Amino acid sequence: MSGDPIYTEMIIEYSRNPSNFGKIENPQIHRHDSNPLCGDSIDLYVNTDGTKITEVKFDGKGCAICMACTSVLTEMIQNKNLDEVKNFQKDELLAELGLEHLIKTSPVRIKCALLSLKALKYGIYSYFVEKMNDVKAAGNLKEEAASLY
Amino acid sequence: MQSTTSSLDTQCRSDFPVLERRVRDDKALVYLDNAATTQKPIQVIDAITDYYKNHNSNIHRAVHALAEESTEAFEVTRDKVAKFLNVTNSKEIIFVKGTTEAINLVAYAWGRDNVQKGDIVVTTEYEHHSNIVPWQILTQETGADLKYIDIDENGELMLEQLDEYLATGKVKLVAISHVSNVLGTITDVKEVITKCKNAGAKILIDGAQAVPHMKVDIDNLGCDFYAFSAHKMLGPTGVGVLWARKELLEKMRPFQGGGDMIREVHKYETTYNDLPYKFEAGTPNVADVICFSAAIDYLTKIGMNNVRNHEIELTEYALEKMSKVKGLVIYGPKDSEKQGGVISFNFKDVHPHDVATIVDKNGVAIRSGHHCAQVLMEKLEVAATNRASFYIYTTKQEVDALINSLEEVAKVFKL
Repeated sequence: MSGDPIYTEMIIEYSRNPSNFGKIENPQIHRHDSNPLCGDSIDLYVNTDGTKITEVKFDGKGCAICMACTSVLTEMIQNKNLDEVKNFQKDELLAELGLEHLIKTSPVRIKCALLSLKALKYGIYSYFVEKMNDVKAAGNLKEEAASLY
Repeated sequence: MQSTTSSLDTQCRSDFPVLERRVRDDKALVYLDNAATTQKPIQVIDAITDYYKNHNSNIHRAVHALAEESTEAFEVTRDKVAKFLNVTNSKEIIFVKGTTEAINLVAYAWGRDNVQKGDIVVTTEYEHHSNIVPWQILTQETGADLKYIDIDENGELMLEQLDEYLATGKVKLVAISHVSNVLGTITDVKEVITKCKNAGAKILIDGAQAVPHMKVDIDNLGCDFYAFSAHKMLGPTGVGVLWARKELLEKMRPFQGGGDMIREVHKYETTYNDLPYKFEAGTPNVADVICFSAAIDYLTKIGMNNVRNHEIELTEYALEKMSKVKGLVIYGPKDSEKQGGVISFNFKDVHPHDVATIVDKNGVAIRSGHHCAQVLMEKLEVAATNRASFYIYTTKQEVDALINSLEEVAKVFKL
């Protein structure tokens, strides 16, 4: 293998032992998403007290990149303010795992890396629009999610 | 076994310019995704250039010189396809854009008038989506039932289930792959056809993974419909063939309305053209059909039995080496006589996309995913598999390159 590393120790470790893996019963935010062409398929569950993320879990199946990125995302947003999470950018997530190069080198695998972030942004959007009736607070999240990859 | 190449790959390899490519930091390309599409020899590439440089014209209508040349070349390809498949009447060869369109044509133009509520359409667990979804649409629309022939642990069909379905007397059509695109399993089509004929059911064969790899003799098979694609046998994309019996084609309604498929059009009525034009509405893919001729010539010159023997040799070699890679699970018959040059596999606990990415960094192109066969993936209880597939130019050294990369996967994931 050559080029920028993908399968670092950290990614292999996360894919073997994902963080926050499991299900939340009746969560306030639940979003299922999949990459139909590669078969990654995850469910993201989030609880919030209206200002902060209080609990986050995920389950599903996916490749090492998808499992590692989803794990790291759940760690990064735990106990964060919703406003902060709304503005969470893909670069922050990719940098955490040293995968920034995927944006340029692999338009296919970037989808594995960003699937969970897409699910999160859609999930928060739905939460504001459907549960809180607050379209303004939802902002551009839907468009952001759609244009992630 | 020694890592020597059989004569076929050395004989033809230099005809394929793309095989000279370096990829991923100057690695030699090892192309093992031939079940998805094959590479094209220079003879086919030159034929496309020659057509556009010297002959380009629409066909079947104008009387000028270029139109006559193009029409002639188009119809010569039809005759060549017929001869290649041992079909007596070349009017039974319909050009479509691929196997998918061929099957949809049958589902629409034959299915709508011949399948009713309570009837049964039978397919199998190892079909490509193109031989499942058209039948789902048809049976949902008509109220007919769709039934599946299951596969056993060797990835072979449990044909006794076909007997049970046929015994109901309600089966109108059996739609089945000649060779599975995932497992490589070769269907005993002769037996399936005999069973269907005895029960009065029509039989469609998806030959997309068979015609490119072995001698197919349609006259001898005795099926009702047969479909395949040019791009999986050295030809261009966008060309497929549907063969069907003349008696069936004549009774079938048209698939699409438009130019070329008509004899006379009036304000409120139209009479349709003769076969095969009744099913070829609009300007066909003239250039690609014409250069498909060069692909057929190429394969004819090699001889389809030599193609098959080369793939048997490679598959046997690969199966033996792969069985020694730590953590690797191989699906399907695992028997080079019972399968085409296709091997599907997974590492326990490693996602196929991770395998494909590591292998790709070494220049080895394999496919990972569900291979348009999600029904089969459900059966195997996996989301996806990796698949290596061979063709005439594949060498044993390339199989070795795959094995080395697979060993690297085992190392990276500490298997």
